[in-house]
Amino acid sequence: MGAENVRKAPVLVTLGNPNTGKSTLFNALTGLKQKVGNFPGVTVEHVVGAMRLGERDVSVVDLPGTYSISAQSPDEIVAVDVLQGRVAEIGVPDAVLLIVDATNLRRNLFLASQVLEMELPVVVALNMTDLATTQGISIDVPGLAAALGVPVVPIVAAKSLGLGELKAALLDAIERGEPARLRLNAAIHEAARAFAAEMTAAGHPLRRPEAERILIDRGGFAEKRLLAATWPVLEERLATIRAGLAQGRDLATLEARDRYGWINQIVGRVEQRGPAPRNWGQFADRWLNHPVYGALLFLFAMAAVFQSVFAGAAPIMTAIDRGTRGLSAGVLARLEAGVLSSFLVDGVIAGVGSVVVFLPQILILFAFIILLEDSGYMSRAAFLVDRLMRWCGLSGQSFIPMLSSFACAVPGIMGTRVIGNYRDRLVTILAAPFMTCSARLPIYTLLISAFVPDHRYLGGLVNLQGLVLLAFYLLGIVGAVGTAFLINKTFLRGPPTRFLLEMPPYRLPNARSLVIKLVSRVKIFLKRAGTMIFGVAILVWALATFPRADISRDAARPTAHAATVQLEQSYLARVSRSVSPLFAPLGWDWKVTAAVLASFPAREVVIAVLGTLYAVENNQNAGPDATLISRMKEARRPDGTPMFSLPMALGLMMFYALCLQCVSTIAVMRRETNGWRWPAIAWSYMTALGYLGAFACYQLGTALGA
Amino acid sequence: MAVSLACLRPGQSGIVAGFDRVDELTQRLMHLGVIDGTPVEVVRCAPAGDPIEIRVMGYALSLRRSEAEAILIDEVR
Repeated sequence: MGAENVRKAPVLVTLGNPNTGKSTLFNALTGLKQKVGNFPGVTVEHVVGAMRLGERDVSVVDLPGTYSISAQSPDEIVAVDVLQGRVAEIGVPDAVLLIVDATNLRRNLFLASQVLEMELPVVVALNMTDLATTQGISIDVPGLAAALGVPVVPIVAAKSLGLGELKAALLDAIERGEPARLRLNAAIHEAARAFAAEMTAAGHPLRRPEAERILIDRGGFAEKRLLAATWPVLEERLATIRAGLAQGRDLATLEARDRYGWINQIVGRVEQRGPAPRNWGQFADRWLNHPVYGALLFLFAMAAVFQSVFAGAAPIMTAIDRGTRGLSAGVLARLEAGVLSSFLVDGVIAGVGSVVVFLPQILILFAFIILLEDSGYMSRAAFLVDRLMRWCGLSGQSFIPMLSSFACAVPGIMGTRVIGNYRDRLVTILAAPFMTCSARLPIYTLLISAFVPDHRYLGGLVNLQGLVLLAFYLLGIVGAVGTAFLINKTFLRGPPTRFLLEMPPYRLPNARSLVIKLVSRVKIFLKRAGTMIFGVAILVWALATFPRADISRDAARPTAHAATVQLEQSYLARVSRSVSPLFAPLGWDWKVTAAVLASFPAREVVIAVLGTLYAVENNQNAGPDATLISRMKEARRPDGTPMFSLPMALGLMMFYALCLQCVSTIAVMRRETNGWRWPAIAWSYMTALGYLGAFACYQLGTALGA
Repeated sequence: MAVSLACLRPGQSGIVAGFDRVDELTQRLMHLGVIDGTPVEVVRCAPAGDPIEIRVMGYALSLRRSEAEAILIDEVR
């Protein structure tokens, strides 16, 4: 950066093991003032928030949860980079806020022992002290602080207890700037310092903490990065230094023994465990993680989620729908018919309204996923399904990104960063876009409620529409699993990878965290609805409205005939008609083709486009109450049969299920795989699958039934 | 005589004696607290017997059988 003349706000970095309430604490400290960013070059996300400490504004960088800074994954190397000030936009942190789980002191102190050696001011937040107390654990806080050599503040992040004291300690740490000075193994420390100096003198600047990781983590990320950036003979030099240090033993083992030796000493002194009361979490796991009952409960939970997504959102969706129609009627009543009113009603209101109407479902789905994550159940699900997912080359860890992809493939693909192994990650990234994301939900909902009969079974408990929706969710899963299997059996063959997953204690999800996460995810969705989808809706409206037909210029208020003429000679019709023979075997006419083509940038656009297409066509002869559904039902082929038969509608859904119609997903894929190769492969493959699926569905369905 | 953790049935426990290999997996296991001298218990298995859930240092960790094979256990009970 080099802009030393502008003194920027002090930077605080939060670090801690996963499941220690780190994000809860971060949210409690910074509230909604958060920005999600990406580290340049690497694909690790960080959240930056702002906080007031006394008279100062402090920016807080939330790093991904990590058990260790041994550099085995991009997440961990980023932690090392940030801590030693290698990330230009953050600079050298002014202090580190290290979150330590009081109920799991030993394992949490491992990361602490590493961070305390990085020569930075550190404040330890001892979180979940209330849970520790109920579990019969008592910790001598001043004793712990003395042993670590840094301030330790007991807090309960979920209840915002102790935050005042924590802030005071943080302010003090930032102002004094006194670094922690732990040194567990002087020999390794000195060797790393010497190696860093040697490299720096040779023209490759290196700091001691990273040099230490390079020496200890043989074959790790830090070593690979160094070797790639320097010269291969370095390998021999590294081997010499390591041999001198380890003297026949393994450096990594040495490090772990040193650290846990130190930890056991401290914990023995400062922690006292009384008789533990009954552990409800362990009791619950007897059922929830049980091979049979657990699996059944898991299926039941998933069914409940989808049932509530579908049923719970219905009344709000009706209300939104009514609101948009009221708004359109109001505009039509006030404005003279023409390009402007058509633009407002058929372009703007129809375009935005038909996307916003699905917000309730997306909210409910996101809320469920966040609740499953925060309660700790997500890991149980991964445990239960790992074996099932492994045969096709996925792992239980792929399960969480895959499940997130039910909401949106973008966070799902971003979530694959927790998977250390590149091949596992890649398979998950390629499979994730098949999962039924919330953008597919609108087209499913629309077509199912329009063309699948509302038959009810078992006294109304189960209905056919719900079953068809479930079937399409399953289709997405089959597509993902099949793809993973195929990739794994062909060009990504290799040995099985690993699955190491903590089963965090069950926790009551925190309401504030839920709200903050929900708001940020909904913001992302609305941003897309507001820009990309809206833009495409307007573009399609324009393509459908121009060039103006001669007839409409004559009439003050165009007749239905004129509107049809207008649409049929528009740019959209011309383009779609010229390519529609390609899609005729799928049972699509040029209008459906137009809607599908227009939704390649973002699949949820299809509703807006269909809305525009059918609203434009029937604006005058259908009343304002005619919904898109009834308009689509009225649509006829030249021979008088309905345009949307059941096989055609199912085929159309099949196309949307299998095709990669999402610019954001492609962009994220490109970023996460560092190139266009995989997104290009995924796009071609999925488009071909979508076409074949729709083709098979329409042709078979027509031959069999209608 | 140390046996592999994968040989333990749910309910059995023992003391970590070391590993049968040195790689990134064993390094990560050590960082997670699976280190010589630590008591470890096999709690349960997932459907089809894999992965398994163990308790170590007072928390629950799941890992695959193939990974558990790397962990050597003494004093099995």
